[in-house]
Parts: sequence; structure tokens; C-alpha cells
Amino acid sequence: MTQQQPLLKMQGITKEYFGNRVLTDVSLDLNRGEVLGLVGENGAGKSTLMNILFGMSVIVQTGGYAGKVFIDGKEVSFQNPFDALKAGIGMVHQEFSLIPGFTATENILLNGEILHDNIVTKLFGPRLKTLDLPEMRAIAEKSIELLGVEISPDTLVAEMPVGHRQFTELAREIHRPEMKVLVLDEPTAVLTESEAEVLLTSLRRLAATGIAIIFITHRLQEILDICDRIVILRDGQVVKEIATHDTDIGQVAELMVGRSVDTKAIATATYDTQQETVLAVEHLWVDMPGETVRDVSFEVHKGEIFGIGGLAGQGKLGIPNGIMGLCPAGGTVILHGKPIHLEDPAAALAASMAFVSEDRRGVGLLMEEPLDWNIAFTAMQVQNKFLRPLLGGLIKWRDDRAIRKVTREYIEALEIKCTGVEQPAQELSGGNQQKVCLAKAFGVEPNLLFVSEPTRGIDVGAKALVLKALRRYNSENGTTIVMVSSELEELRSICDRIAIIDEGRVAGILSPAATAKEFGMLMIGKLKNTDDKVVSHA
Amino acid sequence: MTRRYGLKDVISHFFINNAVPIIFIVFIAFAIPISGFSGPYLTQQLVIRVSRDSFLVLSLVLPIMAGMGINFGMVLGAMSGQIAIILVLNWGVQGVGGLFLAMAVATPMAVLLGWFSGLILNKAKGREMVTSMMLGFFISGIYQLIVLYFMGKLIPIHNPVLVLSRGYGIRNALSLLTMRMSLDNLIPLKIAGISIPVATYVIIGLLCLFIWWFGKTKLGHDMRAVGQDMGVSEDSGIKVERTRILAIILSTVLACYGQIIYLQNIGTLNTYNGADQTATFAAAALLIGGASVVKASIPNVFIGVVLFHLMFLVSPMAGKNLMGSAMIGEYFRVFVSYGVIALALALYAWKRLKERERARRSLRGTKES
Repeated sequence: MTQQQPLLKMQGITKEYFGNRVLTDVSLDLNRGEVLGLVGENGAGKSTLMNILFGMSVIVQTGGYAGKVFIDGKEVSFQNPFDALKAGIGMVHQEFSLIPGFTATENILLNGEILHDNIVTKLFGPRLKTLDLPEMRAIAEKSIELLGVEISPDTLVAEMPVGHRQFTELAREIHRPEMKVLVLDEPTAVLTESEAEVLLTSLRRLAATGIAIIFITHRLQEILDICDRIVILRDGQVVKEIATHDTDIGQVAELMVGRSVDTKAIATATYDTQQETVLAVEHLWVDMPGETVRDVSFEVHKGEIFGIGGLAGQGKLGIPNGIMGLCPAGGTVILHGKPIHLEDPAAALAASMAFVSEDRRGVGLLMEEPLDWNIAFTAMQVQNKFLRPLLGGLIKWRDDRAIRKVTREYIEALEIKCTGVEQPAQELSGGNQQKVCLAKAFGVEPNLLFVSEPTRGIDVGAKALVLKALRRYNSENGTTIVMVSSELEELRSICDRIAIIDEGRVAGILSPAATAKEFGMLMIGKLKNTDDKVVSHA
Repeated sequence: MTRRYGLKDVISHFFINNAVPIIFIVFIAFAIPISGFSGPYLTQQLVIRVSRDSFLVLSLVLPIMAGMGINFGMVLGAMSGQIAIILVLNWGVQGVGGLFLAMAVATPMAVLLGWFSGLILNKAKGREMVTSMMLGFFISGIYQLIVLYFMGKLIPIHNPVLVLSRGYGIRNALSLLTMRMSLDNLIPLKIAGISIPVATYVIIGLLCLFIWWFGKTKLGHDMRAVGQDMGVSEDSGIKVERTRILAIILSTVLACYGQIIYLQNIGTLNTYNGADQTATFAAAALLIGGASVVKASIPNVFIGVVLFHLMFLVSPMAGKNLMGSAMIGEYFRVFVSYGVIALALALYAWKRLKERERARRSLRGTKES
């Protein structure tokens, strides 16, 4: 296939969302029967690139894109996913798009059913044609067989194990005879190891039939196992395109994660490893949709800032939400030697833990209420602060003056930009809202503070201020902080130790001074079951 | 399923899924002996009542299949049926011919109202049931306006028996003597002293066949898909909104025929509030039969109608024999209907929560706290 025209050619693709450039001059070629690996961190631009290829409405609605897409040498520009489907591009998404109460057959041929005319069709139109279930079953069977797996076409999707659902989705894409390019977005994320292996074998079989495959995953080993070439995206640009046999996992991990790190930014650890243990977490599991924690154990020492990182969806957000009682959870959590009752937010707060949620607008703030109420709310509810007893304690009266006084102090200390204590929280910018959330958490004077994605959705300048506020609060009050963030650089700039979560488990705990490669390897699940070795590093 | 879940789990799952019919079967099992009714009497009553109500209850099946819950807006169909009956009475067409003429006249009205109802419900996705109920109240106002003021004024009504003495508006109760039981008695049959309305049952049978066949058509298949996941259906190119509108139109038209069949059996038309409770009773019957707001089958319809009417039959007598007052049974009638709907809705929400936990159990740790 050397001199052959590429099946798919994307040339100079550039895309902006509201002035924010997410893809810059991205080009890639794809030949018949080739498997191309597409890797990059969250936000590197993988999804946007695939959305463009697939004609998703989000692209058209935000002003289209620059650059050209060719299929078989013909320029195409899809306005909706159905155009892309017709041109032979199929996509298997991370989330299943299957109808649970339908059988495998019905899902594979969804809206592509084999139909027969009957007497009423002439009168009432084609939608009253009857389904030819035996014929549909035969097609589904053929499609499943092509994948080399055994799934009964009559099984309901709801009763299938997760792996079979993934294969059903695949079978749906490939049953179309015109299928040329198949895009798989994290297809193995929900699979067990053996299921993933079967899937990879199927993909190889598919490629052998001439279908070209774009494979997106964060499990680099899989990429190395089945891809012919790898394209690495970082910050919307192709940083490297490389043939699989010319590289190894370490190089790819480094290319994927590694901005050159400004070593000066890394905080010199101030905490002392000899300090007592404040929080001990053992075998924690948390059922948080999309962020499942399976089995996590770690210890946090007094006065440290403990970072929790990892790719999106691996379970890092589930940890604080589980410990604070916001999601169903189990396992043991011991704070200062006392076990915490899980699934009970009031108990968690009463134990003097505070949580700055990643869901600022939903959980974090009372959007329509003024700043002083927001800041005093938790302290008032949980600790009876800012309350004056009247009639011998029969009625508790809100002490508005004390609330305002404290609020003014926080506005000054955290440099919150606002018109005054009466301003509703929703009128503030994202960064200032985040500071209000911090003030609210500081207000209860916690022993242990959980901060989740503190800089998500706020601009660079505000980020630095928020991180500074956290750092200062930690050093001035000796408060232990557990910070969860998707941004590794941010964790490295402020934390004393960083745990990387992969697939609901601790992949390893590193010092912030560890190299980008080491972090990258943990994130992609390379160093599984070697925690002990890695922990000693910190 | 049995492989993945223990026997205890499977049994409790069965009871949770069928809680409503089981409660009613137990209740009726106690009430029948206390009521002292004879077997043949109960059988005759059931045969009549099942023929009277099944068609109405069947009209609720399609919208549930399309994921729109119980179509309380079926009263729109019932009202168009009643208007058609009044017109046919006025024209003096009698017997089965009158019935079929009424159906023919009512169909365009029901289609129009169903289309309107479907449009509104598409604007209220996820809140279809309460919206359709309110829509029923609203259209009921328009129905009363037509029947009370327009009929005799704008719409010529010549038959003086129908019109109020003031010269316009329809009387409160109309006798359907010319059409009464005309369908039921079309093919007379008596087995062991129990008369069976054969023709009515044939029509009900045909409707069941239609629903079964419809499930195998592209449209029926699409309805099931839309009912389970609108997003996935839309993504695969199914016209979701149009499919939902068609489901409601079909339901409204069927409800209209159902009301006409119901009226010919009862023999009188309660002009102003005859349709009010139609949807409530039909919904209660369906839910007693083990249906939920997302799943209903033809067996649910018949089990439900039988249990619902058995309860109505025996509870007044049981109440009288037990407490010395038949009123207690009458009171049961309304109380139970609304109670069952409320119970079924609450049970459904609770069941869904349990299902979700069950589905996610594998994601959780081994040590349950």
C-alpha cells in the first residue's frame, strides 16, 4: 500500500471554539486496512477531531472548521452524522448507544431493518411494512461472526455483560457493506482485560478485511499491540506521528504528557514524613456514575497537601465525593483514629472535614443568594456558628452582623472581586466563585479539606490566585488538604505527594519532582500492581 | 439471570415486580367467600364487564410502548365518541349501523385531537402523564361548551328528546335504547346459562391481533425503540417526535371506539361527566394487571380488567356482610382507583431505584457497609 491513495486524508484541520483554539493545523492520512492509534491527554483535541470527521452538530453550530477532509481522494464536508454514515464512516462511542430492551439483532439493525410489504403498506405508507426477523437475525449473526465472538443474536442488551454490549455496537457499525473507516473512542475502557484482548483480536480481523480503523485509548499498551502507526496530539497539535515498531511505551507516554516543566514552580515540600497520620483510607469503593472508585487505599499525613490525579473517568473525583458521603460508598475511612460513617454527609462535616466540590454551580454555591449567606451557610448549618440564641435558646436567630464581618474578611484575604457582601454569587466570574467556595470551606475551620478541580473553568491568572490561597491556608493554619485535579502541572506545583488513579485504583504515589514520563506511565495503567515499589519513591 | 443472581434474589425480584397484582389477588381471595356471591353470577358479570372495558384499557398500551406513560388524554377520544353518539342519535340511525356510523363520524375528530395532544406532549417530554391529564380537563371544557351551547344553536339538533327544554344544549342523561347491547347481542350465544357478547369479543380479539401485528411493523418497532431511548433512536435516524404523535393518535382513536363500545353496553350516556373517569378507571385496571408506566402487555390488560371488576363486584357485598354497610364497598371504588394509580407510580419509582442499584452492584466493593 505504498503508492496508493489514502482512504482518508485530513489536511490542515484547525478549529476554534469561541476564539479558543483547540486544533491547530492537524493533518493525518489513513490507508485501507490500517490501524491508526490516536493518543493524547484529556483536552488534547482528539474528540474535536473525531467530531469534525463525523459531522457532529456541535462543530457546525460553532462555526465549522478550517482545513479539508478527503475520502478516496474526494473532498467531503459532512453536515450531520448521517452524511458521514453514508460515506462509510462509523463510530463506536465510549458511552453505549444501544436500546437496552432490544435484542442484539434489533440493535445491530436499528433503523436499518429488513422490511416486507404487506396489504396495508399501500394504504398507510412504508412505516407499516413488517419486519423480517429471520433475515435480520442472519445479518446480525454474520456481523457478529466477522468479529470472531460468540453472542446470541437474541440476547437482550440489558442482560448482556458489558463486553458483549461493546461488541454489539461494533457489529452494528460493520454490518453496513459500505463501511470503510471505523473510529473507536476508548472502546476498552469498560472491558476486563480478557475482553479487551478479544476486542483487539477482532479489530485485527476487521483491518484484514480492508476496513481502516482509528483507535483512541489511554491504554498505550493496546495501541502498541495493534496499531500500525501512532499520532500523538497535545494541546491541539500533532506533536509526533510515528510507526509503532519505531517506538516504545515510554516515549509515547512522555510525548503525550510532557510539557517541559518549569522546575522552579514545583513547591519545595514543607511537610514532614514523620508527622502523624490524619486520614487513613482502606479499600474504599465509591459508586459515582462515570467516576467509579473500585479499591483505593492511601494515608494522608498532618499538614500535607496530598494530590490526587489521573485521567478523566478513572475515579479520582469519586474519592472525595465518597468520603464526604455524597455517593454510595464502602470501605474504611479513619480520621484521627475515628472511623467515619460513610454515605452520611452530615457525619463527614461534623467530623470537621470540608469539601470544595468540582460541581461549583450545583453543590458548591447557592447561586441566587448573596455572598455572605454562601460563605456562612455550612458553618451555620453544621456548627451552629453565627447564631444567637433568643428566649433561652428556644429560637435561634441569625447573626447577620457577624456574618458580614467574616465575609468582608474573606473578601479581603482572598481578593474576591465583587461589589459587596450583598452581591448574588451568580454574578461573579468563575474564579471569584471558586474563591467564595474556598471561603465557605475555610469558614468551618476544617481539620481536613478536600478540594476537587479547584481551577476547572477559570482563567490562568485566577488559577494562580486560587492555588496561592490554598497554599497559604495550608501553611498558616496547618490544615491538611487533599486536592483532586485533572491538571497534573497544577498538582505538581503545590502538592507534597501525588497519587495517580487509574481504573478506580491507585496506580502509584509519586513525589512532585518525579519526571513527566513516570507520571505518564502511571496514568496509562502501565505500572499496575507495583504500588509498593512506587510508593517508596515518595 | 439465575446464574448471576441468587435464588432468594430472583424470588424477591419476582414479588417486587408483581407486587400490585399479588396484593389484589390476595384481597379478592378473602373477599369472594365473604361476599357470598355464586360462581355463575360472578362469571356472568365478569363476562359482561370484560367485554365492556377491555377495548378502552387496550387503547392505553401503545403510548406506554412509546415511552409516554399512561395516556390520560384518552378522554379526548372518549369525548369525540360521545359527540358522535349524540349526532347519530339525532339522525335516528339505529342498531349496529348506528354504532359503526358513530365510529366513522368520531374518527376524524379523534385523529385531530390526538394529533393536537401529541404535539403538546412532545413539548413536555418526561412529563407526559400529568400533561395529558391536564389536557383532558382543558378539552373537557371545550366539549361542554359544544354540547351545552353549540348543540341546538350552531349544530342543528332536531330530535327534541335530546335537547334541554330551553331549546339548545343536550340533556344531562340520554337513553341509548336504540343502540343498547346492539353489538353485544349481534351474535347471541349462551353457554351454561351465561350469555356471551360474541361480536364484542371478536372485535376485542381483532384489536389484540392488531396490536400484536403492529409490534412487528416498522412503526411499532420504532415506537418501542423511541420508548426506551429517545436519544439513541434520534441518533439512528428515527423520527422521534412523529413516532410519538402517531402513538397518541392511535391511542386516542382506539379510546374513542372503546367509549362507543362501552356506551352501547351501559345503554345510557351521562352527557356531561361520562368521560371524566374513563381514563382513571382504565389506568387503574391496567396497573392492577401488573403493568407499569413503562411496560404494558395484552395479558396485563385482561388480568387487570378481571381483577379490577372482581373487586368492584365483591367488595360492596363483602363490606355489607362484614360491616353492615354496602356503602363501604362503593367508597372503595373511587378510593381504590386513585390509590392504585398513586401506589403504582410510587412503586415504579422505587423499583427503578432498586433496578439501578442492582445493575450497578458489580461496580461496588465486596464489603457492604
